[in-house]
Amino acid sequence: MGRYVIRRLLQFIPTVLGTMFLLHYMTSLAIQFSGNPVRALFGDRTPPPALLEAITERLGYGDPCLSQKGNWCIGLFGDRLQSVFFHFDFGINLRQREVTDLVADALPFTLKLLVIAILFEAVVGIAAGVLAGLRGGSFTDYLVKISTVFIISVPIFVLGVVVREFVGVKFGNVLRGQDWIPDVISTGMFSPGFKPDYPFASLIIPGMVLGAVSLATTARLTRTSIMENIRADYVRTAKAKGLTNKRVIGVHTLRNSLIPVITFLGVDIGAAMAGAVVTETIFNVPGIGRLVTMSARTGESSVVVGVVTMLVLVVLVANLLVDLLYAVLDPRIRYE
Amino acid sequence: MTDVNVKLDALPGLDPNALPLEVKNLQVEFRTRNGIAHAVNGVSFDLRAGETRAILGESGCGKSVTAQAIMGILDTPPGFVTGGEILYRGVDLLKLPESERRKVRANRIAMIFQDALSALNPVFTVGFQLAELFRKHRGMSRQDAKARAIELLDLVKIPAARQRVNDYPHQFSGGMRQRVMIAMALALDPEVLIADEPTTALDVTVQAQIMALLAELQQERNMGLVLITHDMGVVADVADRISVMYAGRVIEEAGVDDIYASPAHPYTKGLLESIPRLDLKGQELSAIKGLPPALTNLPSGCAFNPRCRYAQDVCRKDPAPSLLQVSPSRTAACHFWKEVKGDE
Repeated sequence: MGRYVIRRLLQFIPTVLGTMFLLHYMTSLAIQFSGNPVRALFGDRTPPPALLEAITERLGYGDPCLSQKGNWCIGLFGDRLQSVFFHFDFGINLRQREVTDLVADALPFTLKLLVIAILFEAVVGIAAGVLAGLRGGSFTDYLVKISTVFIISVPIFVLGVVVREFVGVKFGNVLRGQDWIPDVISTGMFSPGFKPDYPFASLIIPGMVLGAVSLATTARLTRTSIMENIRADYVRTAKAKGLTNKRVIGVHTLRNSLIPVITFLGVDIGAAMAGAVVTETIFNVPGIGRLVTMSARTGESSVVVGVVTMLVLVVLVANLLVDLLYAVLDPRIRYE
Repeated sequence: MTDVNVKLDALPGLDPNALPLEVKNLQVEFRTRNGIAHAVNGVSFDLRAGETRAILGESGCGKSVTAQAIMGILDTPPGFVTGGEILYRGVDLLKLPESERRKVRANRIAMIFQDALSALNPVFTVGFQLAELFRKHRGMSRQDAKARAIELLDLVKIPAARQRVNDYPHQFSGGMRQRVMIAMALALDPEVLIADEPTTALDVTVQAQIMALLAELQQERNMGLVLITHDMGVVADVADRISVMYAGRVIEEAGVDDIYASPAHPYTKGLLESIPRLDLKGQELSAIKGLPPALTNLPSGCAFNPRCRYAQDVCRKDPAPSLLQVSPSRTAACHFWKEVKGDE
């Protein structure tokens, strides 16, 4: 077990280095093709060449490799690795703020969003899946099957925009016209975007949008798993032991059925992080996802490389924890 | 510590002098898309305390379904009990409400299954699965229940029970797993044990050990055993009385010696002739021709007639006779039982 964890941790190194290099190369290419990102600071005005050069040098965009299209910029990558791993310095953005500070500001929003999304998909998804799976072929079963296919087929950016327009704007406006509805609900929860005054309530709907697709997958996975296990021999044994129906299902069937579901939920944390990029942009949430999108647009390579590298680490750690959790849930699994 | 042998509140109508198990004219059907399959078609047998009743038949003849109907663990749908009576000490289990019926399971009638690996829950320790019975049926604390679980593992001769109680089913060998199953079935001291092919998944040496263990425990407790099997060898060793089933019916019923000496139904006879024998080494093994019929499409007349070498026109036209008295203690459902029996 210990050796397994160490081996997995060692595998992190090439993954992280590889991702960093890929990101580094892509952001460098972007600069090589679209020009010095520092010019964005000046908008339409043409900056004095001396000032432009000074700022470019200060922000680390002065390396000549950045003006040679297709150059790998290995030297720059070496510098970046050195500052990240030896000085824990991820660099600064155009406005000279530390990337670590930017992440620290943005992370709480993304975490809240993720917690809402994962809770929503786990609770509702598992409940729907269990109800559908226990009575295969029933009305509930068809309802769950059809609605999940519908959710899975709609891309998250379409779903997000539609929900924002209809729930946040139209339905929200109706609610805001009613005096008796508390503000937390009318202007907080049913707002078209994130509201700093309601840091939790206004994240509920974005979180639900973020969790929607995975909720459908969770429900289907639970449904299949329950249907498969409900006919298992050990469930028959549990019945023959004279246990109550509640215990036969709630303990003997569910425990086995949830193993694949929990594995999926764990891996899904990574996917939800990626989904947060889209959801945060649609709902204007000042989280990690929006930070990456904005920085990618302005070509701030240090922010993109730094933040995505951190995300990669989060996903890797989450996957490792899921694999370890798997062994806890299913005693037949052993890691040597 | 609570005493396991304290019996539950008496069932209404319970007669302590009645037989521990009596099945009368049981009918079970499976409603499938391809039509109704009459899996059990008027099965009757009884069981005395301490007796071993073997139910013998090939796969799909309805013996496991009979067992599940007695336990009340048929998958419904598609399986439905449509008629007959299952009497436990005079109480018809089919008429009991589910809450009462549930208390009969494991407490009074218990069951062990064929494949102990899949019949034990893979994600719980055997200790948990044994202790669960005491906790849920006897209201014992976790600690007491676990102590009882260890005693049970000792009882079924699992070495180092105190350590093994925390192991998971996959950590046991096949024979040890079947011992755990037996321990689980005997936990609440039932009067009737239904063993559905308990040794089929085991190799021959382990089979013998398990059957010996079952016989020993049965004798200690004066427990009735319904042994469901297709293994003629196992039956010869341990059974007192035998019911042979074919296509959902009992076609012959007799004491074990009578059946082996002179079968009165051509199907039983075919089964006995298909046992490999040392003294007939080198000769071709005789087998029953053909396949068992599909339960959704039984042949007209006697269900066995297409495979029967004694079949006459009457067998193809008229339904098979109900069990005919062959001798005071045995019956057979064949028009020509005399010929079958005499033709040795």
